[in-house]
This record gives sequence, structure tokens and C-alpha cells, in this order.
Amino acid sequence: MSSSTPKLAALHFKNRLYWLLLVVGGMVAAAGMYAVHMMESQGHIITGMNNQIVWGMPHVFAIFLIVAASGVLNVASIGSVFGKAIYKARAPLASLLSIAMISGGLTVLMLDLGRPDRIIVAATNYNLTSVFAWNVLLYSGMVGLVVVYLWTMMERRMNPYNKAAGIGVFVWRFVLTTGTGLIFAFLTARQAYGSALLPPMFIVLSFAWGMAVFHLVQTSIYMWNVKEIDPSILSRKKHLLGVFVLGSLYMVATYHFTNAYFAHQQGFERFILVDGGIYPSLFWWGYFLLGNIVPLVLLYAPGIQRDRWTALAALLIILGGFALLYVFIIGGQAWPLNLFPGYEVTSTFADGQISAYSPSIYEFLLGLAGLSIAFLITTVSVRVLNFMPQDKPYIAD
Amino acid sequence: MSDMDMNRRNFLKTSVGAAAVAIAPGMMLYSVAQGKSEGASSKVRWGMLIDTNQCKPGCNDCVTACNNENGLSSETKSTDSQWIRKIEIKDISSGREISLPMMCQHCEHPPCVDVCPTNASMKRADGIVLVDKHLCIGCRYCMMACPYKARSFVHEPLHDQNPDVPRGKGTVESCTLCVHRIDVGGKPACSEACPNKAIVFGDLNDENSEIAQKVRSVASVQVRADLRLNPGVRYQGL
Repeated sequence: MSSSTPKLAALHFKNRLYWLLLVVGGMVAAAGMYAVHMMESQGHIITGMNNQIVWGMPHVFAIFLIVAASGVLNVASIGSVFGKAIYKARAPLASLLSIAMISGGLTVLMLDLGRPDRIIVAATNYNLTSVFAWNVLLYSGMVGLVVVYLWTMMERRMNPYNKAAGIGVFVWRFVLTTGTGLIFAFLTARQAYGSALLPPMFIVLSFAWGMAVFHLVQTSIYMWNVKEIDPSILSRKKHLLGVFVLGSLYMVATYHFTNAYFAHQQGFERFILVDGGIYPSLFWWGYFLLGNIVPLVLLYAPGIQRDRWTALAALLIILGGFALLYVFIIGGQAWPLNLFPGYEVTSTFADGQISAYSPSIYEFLLGLAGLSIAFLITTVSVRVLNFMPQDKPYIAD
Repeated sequence: MSDMDMNRRNFLKTSVGAAAVAIAPGMMLYSVAQGKSEGASSKVRWGMLIDTNQCKPGCNDCVTACNNENGLSSETKSTDSQWIRKIEIKDISSGREISLPMMCQHCEHPPCVDVCPTNASMKRADGIVLVDKHLCIGCRYCMMACPYKARSFVHEPLHDQNPDVPRGKGTVESCTLCVHRIDVGGKPACSEACPNKAIVFGDLNDENSEIAQKVRSVASVQVRADLRLNPGVRYQGL
């Protein structure tokens, strides 16, 4: 009896901690809703966005969440499509994270609209040439499909359909991330965008970001349950994360190299990578160094095999992802449209000028609300349902 | 008893009369606001030819006229709507300076219409590109897609709107080519206000129109013609 008292106290503490986490998450979400109310009543004037930088901080959060929501399903695909047991054991958690992040991301996107009250219009008036309209279907279809996939895993009678659902999810998420990349790839006149390289770049980035999120959540769940992940499993997943990071770095490098080769793109590349103030700083220090080089060292350097270093690497990859998206989305808009090539241009509407942008607190509150919605869905689900990876003692793939 | 009947009859008469008086002006206004009953014709392609040689640097008359006509604030903060703006350009190699107005170019293949998820961005049969203020959800994708930066987002609550030009907070807007004037036989306010007659407005498809004759006889270009959007606005002297 006396030996079980500390355990009981620890359980009580954990129980309180769980509710505390929910309260904090709920408060962050509520603060986001307050920001939405303010943006609704006063207009977007209270944000940092303007007629030049039309998509701001909320879009950085939303696109990260949506891209990572697709990438996290890699874990599920490797399990269901390619039949690897340690990944299959993690497929339910990956699916849950996907639903959680896409819900958070979509909430941010919808609540940033100028008229979020008209969201039903987006469902009833459908322009078939619009990538946004395709994405309405792709995003909602994804949630539906992943729910079915989860069902085939968690309900024994549905198990035979698991492979089919897994392949469906595998294909769907490729199309989905292509759709997210196409939002930018279809922008013909902006120098930062309008490249066919963007959809594949987003797909590879999604692998790295999704895997990083998965790692971080998995580490937290293992810590919470005072369990230790099998070092051989950790090592395999670490290497996969490393490969994804290298792959995404390759895509980003190719995108910038091709731009730098075209004379008409060199001004823009110089701005983003050399003299554009915050953008080169975020790119080199935030994305390249902290988001790629440091995590790669943490993942591959011999001697540091502890899981907490892997978790730190995952966290840095996520932060690097935010830095890259800020440079890509905001920096891409800050660079002026080239209406008159070969001319110096001035006007009252910021033609020919680098546009200024400083995000307001309301934008951060909305973005953080998206994160907290994903957090709340995950935390509650992990508590009430069985998402803990169940590894068999012996794994033979 | 009969007194009561009379009262009731009088009451009904007065009520019907009062109702008629109340509704009639609304009905009249409704028919006025409807404008022409027939839709825009695809036989027409409205456009403008802007002679940059006649456009004076520093002159802002077209911008002022547009702001007055459409109830815009005339302010030029980064969050204010500017449906038309003057751009001063200088050739980097030769130093030649040109002044010109820039607004929605009313493309034949408008990227804003392609990307709009709800069909709020639309092109009328006569080539005028508009935003349906009832369908716009304020996603701003059209602003990302427009090569001419012609669109503005309404960032603040609006006051004192022009009844002919409905606008809405949280929606995107741009030059309508003064469609409310065109539909009653008029021409855009900017074209009318230009002291040098630098903005010629008309039907590009009507070979006898001034604009069609001029486009045939003088050299004119479309801005960002490389994008193949075939704008309805052309520039002379660029």
C-alpha cells in the first residue's frame, strides 16, 4: 500500500496536468476567437495585412498545418501501403494528427476570410477553374477519407478494408498537397510563385514537417506514459526524418537555383536571399541553419542517440518550416509586381516598391488558435481512445 | 352597428391608401435601379485606349473623378482602396519618363476570374470584369493573381456609399469601368474627367467607333502582353 501511494499521487498530478493543458489550449483558442471577432467588427485594418501583402501571418500558420497534416500520413502510408509493421502500429496516431492539423489549418483559413459568415457560399457556388474551390473538396474529402481509414484500423470487422483505405489516403494526400502547391504555382505574374516546381516542393516539405510533428507528439506521448521507445525503432525513424529533411532542402535549393539562373528573376532572388532584410535572415538563420543543418547534426552525429535530441531536432524542423513559409508567402508578396520591365516605377499604390508588413497580435492569436485546436483534438483523442503505438516485441519486416 | 361598419371601411381604405403611398416610391426606385432590362451583349467589347503622350505627370484628375464617382476615400494608405492610380515610369537605359493611369485592364482571360472559388469575380458578356459583392468571401486570391495589382480589399467599415456603386467591408473591389454609367449610355468618369482627352473609351468591336479606328491607326500596346490575357485597356506611346 505504501509503495503505491507515490504512484497514485503521480496519477493525480497527471490528471490535473491534463485538465490544465485543456484549459490552456482552450484559452488560446478562445483568444483566437476574440481576434476573429475584432477582425469581423473592425475589418482587416487591425491586422498587418494590406493591399500589397494580402496574405499574412494566419496563412503561414494555416499552410504549415495543412502541409504537415498531409505529410504526417507518411507514417500511415509506409505502414498500410508498404506493409512495415512499426509504421502500421503508428498509423492511427498519424491519422489522428492529420485530422487534428487539417482542422486547425482550415479553421484559420476560414476565419481569416473577409466574410467568414459567407463560408456556405464557398460550398454552394463552385468555380471549377479555381484551385481554392478544388481544395474545398480536397481538404474535406481528406478528413472523410482519414476517418474511414481510422475506422478500418480500429474496428476489427473493418480490417480487411484497411489496405484499400490506406491506398486511398496515400493517393489523396499527394493530390491534396499538389493542390496546396498549385495555389501558388498558378500565380502567373508573381516572381516568387508561378513555378511547376512548387507542388513537388510542397510534397517533399510535407514529408519532413509531418514526420517532425509526428516525432514530437510521439515523444510526448511516450514521456507522458513513462514509456521508452525501442532504440531500434527510434533509429529507423530518425534516419527517415533525416532523409526527408535532406530531400526538402534539395527541393528548396533547386527552386532558388533555377530562379537565380534566369536574369529576370535575379533581382527577386537577391532580395529573398541577400539584401531583403528580414527575409534573408529568416531564410539563412531560421530555415537553413536552425531548420536544417542543426537538426541534421542532431539526427546523424554519432554519440547523440538520446530521444530528446531527436525531439529537439523535430522541433527545430517545425520552426524552420514556419521561417521558410514566412519568407515564401510574405517575402514573395513584398517583392513588387513587374508591370513595366526595364523601367523605374513609382505610384501611390506601392508600385515598384518593396512592401512593408508587420503582423499584428490578432494575426498571431488566430494562427495560434489553429495550433491549439490541433492540440486539443489530439490531446483529448489520445486520452479517450487508444492511439498509443503498440509495438510487437519482435519486428520482422 | 352601421357606424362601426363605416369605421371599419374607412380604416381599410386608409390602410390600403397608406400602404400604396409607402410602397410606390420603392417600386419606382426599384425600376430605376434596375436600369436596362436586357443583359450585356457579347457583340460589344468595352475598352479604353490611353495616350501616354497626352497624360501629364502630376495630373491626378482621372483619379479624383474615379474617387468621387465611386465613393472612395481618396486616401492612399496601404489599406485604402485605389481603383485607379497614376504611375510614373522612367526608362532605366534612356531616362525617358512617362506618366499613365493604371486600373483593372478588363482582360479577356482574367486570372482573377480563373482563381475565384465562388464565381464572385466574373466577366460580363461585354468584357467588363466585376466582383459580385454578394458572392465574394474575401479570400483575396484574386489580388494575388492579378498581374496589374488592380484590386483592393475593403479593410474598414464603409460610410456614405454611392447607391449606384455598392461596396462592402471584407470584400474585394476594383475598377468597374463605371458600369453603372455605361449601362445608361455614359462613359467612365476617368475618361470624362481627363483634361487632355488622353483616355478614349468605347466599343473595340464596333469598327466605326473612335477607339476601334484609333487602335487600327496608331501603335498601341497592352501592359504585360507576354501573359496573353488580352486586356481591354491599351496604351499608346509606351
